[in-house]
Amino acid sequence: MGTKAERIDNGVDVAALLGAREALTEAPEGARFRWRATCDWVRGTHSRSAVEGFYGLGEEQSHRTEFTFDADHPEIFASEDHGATPVEYVLVGLAGCLTAGIATVAQNREIQLRSVKATLEGAMDLQGILGIDGDVRNGFDDVVVRFEIDADASRQDIEALVAQSQKRSAVFDILTNPTNVTVEVK
Amino acid sequence: MIRAIRGGRPSRAGTVDVVVVGAGHAGLAMSRCLAERSIDHVVLERGEVANSWRHERWDSLRLLTPNWQCRLPGHGYAGEDPDGFMTMPEVVDFIDSYARAIAAPVRTGTRVTSVLPGDAGYRVITDRGEWRCRALVLASGALNEPVVPAVGASVPKSVAQFTPRRYRNPGQLDAGGVLVVGASATGLQLADEIQRAGHPVTLAVGEHIRMPRTYRRLDIQWWMDAVGILDERYDEVDDIVRARRVPSPQLVGSPARSTLDLNALSARGVRLVGRLVGIRAGKAQFSGSLRNHCAMADLKLERLLDKVDAWARTSGRCEEVGPPERFAPTAVDGSPRLDLDLGSGEVRSIVWATGFRPDYSWLHVPVFDRKGRIRHDGGVVDAPGLYVMSLIFMRRRKSSFIHGAADDARELSAHLQDFLDGRLALGRVALG
Repeated sequence: MGTKAERIDNGVDVAALLGAREALTEAPEGARFRWRATCDWVRGTHSRSAVEGFYGLGEEQSHRTEFTFDADHPEIFASEDHGATPVEYVLVGLAGCLTAGIATVAQNREIQLRSVKATLEGAMDLQGILGIDGDVRNGFDDVVVRFEIDADASRQDIEALVAQSQKRSAVFDILTNPTNVTVEVK
Repeated sequence: MIRAIRGGRPSRAGTVDVVVVGAGHAGLAMSRCLAERSIDHVVLERGEVANSWRHERWDSLRLLTPNWQCRLPGHGYAGEDPDGFMTMPEVVDFIDSYARAIAAPVRTGTRVTSVLPGDAGYRVITDRGEWRCRALVLASGALNEPVVPAVGASVPKSVAQFTPRRYRNPGQLDAGGVLVVGASATGLQLADEIQRAGHPVTLAVGEHIRMPRTYRRLDIQWWMDAVGILDERYDEVDDIVRARRVPSPQLVGSPARSTLDLNALSARGVRLVGRLVGIRAGKAQFSGSLRNHCAMADLKLERLLDKVDAWARTSGRCEEVGPPERFAPTAVDGSPRLDLDLGSGEVRSIVWATGFRPDYSWLHVPVFDRKGRIRHDGGVVDAPGLYVMSLIFMRRRKSSFIHGAADDARELSAHLQDFLDGRLALGRVALG
């Protein structure tokens, strides 16, 4: 039996997250994280990136294992299509971030999720990256995310979940707000 | 007790049990409660009674709360327009007449320049001498200094900048476009009057609280009062830190009792953009989060109205009021602008409606957290005998409103009396 809160299980340990929030309020320096990736060119437009280590809670950390990601361009660009295009990885990042947020917020609000499916689309005018028209930007000019969510909640509560996940999303912030980027040569 | 006055030091003005800093509605409400308890006190006021209301507000401003709701301990609105909203001169009259009615011991023209811990309390140094007191009440207000975000430093010199304190009316603005930053009550009111005065206005919108002026024929403040939302206590809400950060609702007090929201402004030609997040190479950059901020505000409004409707059903008041209403979602352009060239001449002025903060630069007592906010438990500050008034959601959601001062002053004056009488084991004891 148990209380409603105990029966809801989206696989998110909210108590641990709330504990971390409290601990990092007391020790804000521990909240300074550094995320890292490395990338090696393979051939043509094909590259392979890897992530493993990162910094946070005052020390070096690492993933359970190294994760690798092949990036390439599709065959219509005369490439060999060994992986997703880099801009598709941006969509993957956004989807992963918002979905994780939805699961966490749902757990915290005691909403049982049955399924969460997101469909993303980023619109881009290639006249930008091809240098055809200087008034066209390189990146997405519009990104649309559509969620289909089956959960134990009203439509209003589900909309509030999705809204809150955007408010707390790192990737949503990265996409919607400017960020300083420094690219150097060693 | 009286010590020799050293040369150059301000003279000794007096010793008193309690000094109240500020003769606005909050300081006067506290004065009245202290007087009822026969506690010896003085109210120090840098200017005149209700000074900020006299000198630091724009011309068209009216209170956001209806007249009937303006009540102070032992004092209420007695005029003929209970559903109206006071202009600033009317607010000044209201507070001034209260000061006279309660014969508050106000020393006007007495600016507190420094407060220091003393031997048995506090030393309050003013430009008219030094006061010694055992307890001190900070009633100098929560809205002393307009907050301008750091990006303000990057605005090109060709664009004039105004804070709500310097802004009085659209006549101060050069002809041409105006960027209003911030979409709470201040930002919406100023965007509205500036657009009506013929300046094309761009409004940068971040997180906001949408609220209709009237709902089911009654003022929204009446509902908030009746449902008990304004009385919610700081020690009963889930997350008081977050509750204190909630922006002030988008409201305006006007004779027409009209609702001022983003849809109304869009209909008048105001252009909505996202939160101002940067200025680079003379270009203002706006966040792509406008749609989510509007969606969140619409959802929160719906939740508020659901709560009001539920209360109306159970209280049996449904017969007396109008039918439930729902408002159109906030309309956002397909692709709101993401940048604006401040050097192009399109925008001639920026109005920063980005909030206010209290000024405690004179308070030299270690009671501040790392963000410079005063550490307090419902107004009982983290130092013996030190109290604060009228901060946002200080003891109740209504604490920062005029009518919120009454309950707070009653409870804090009781705590203060216990402190003076030595009935508290320590200076800091939570109120029940």
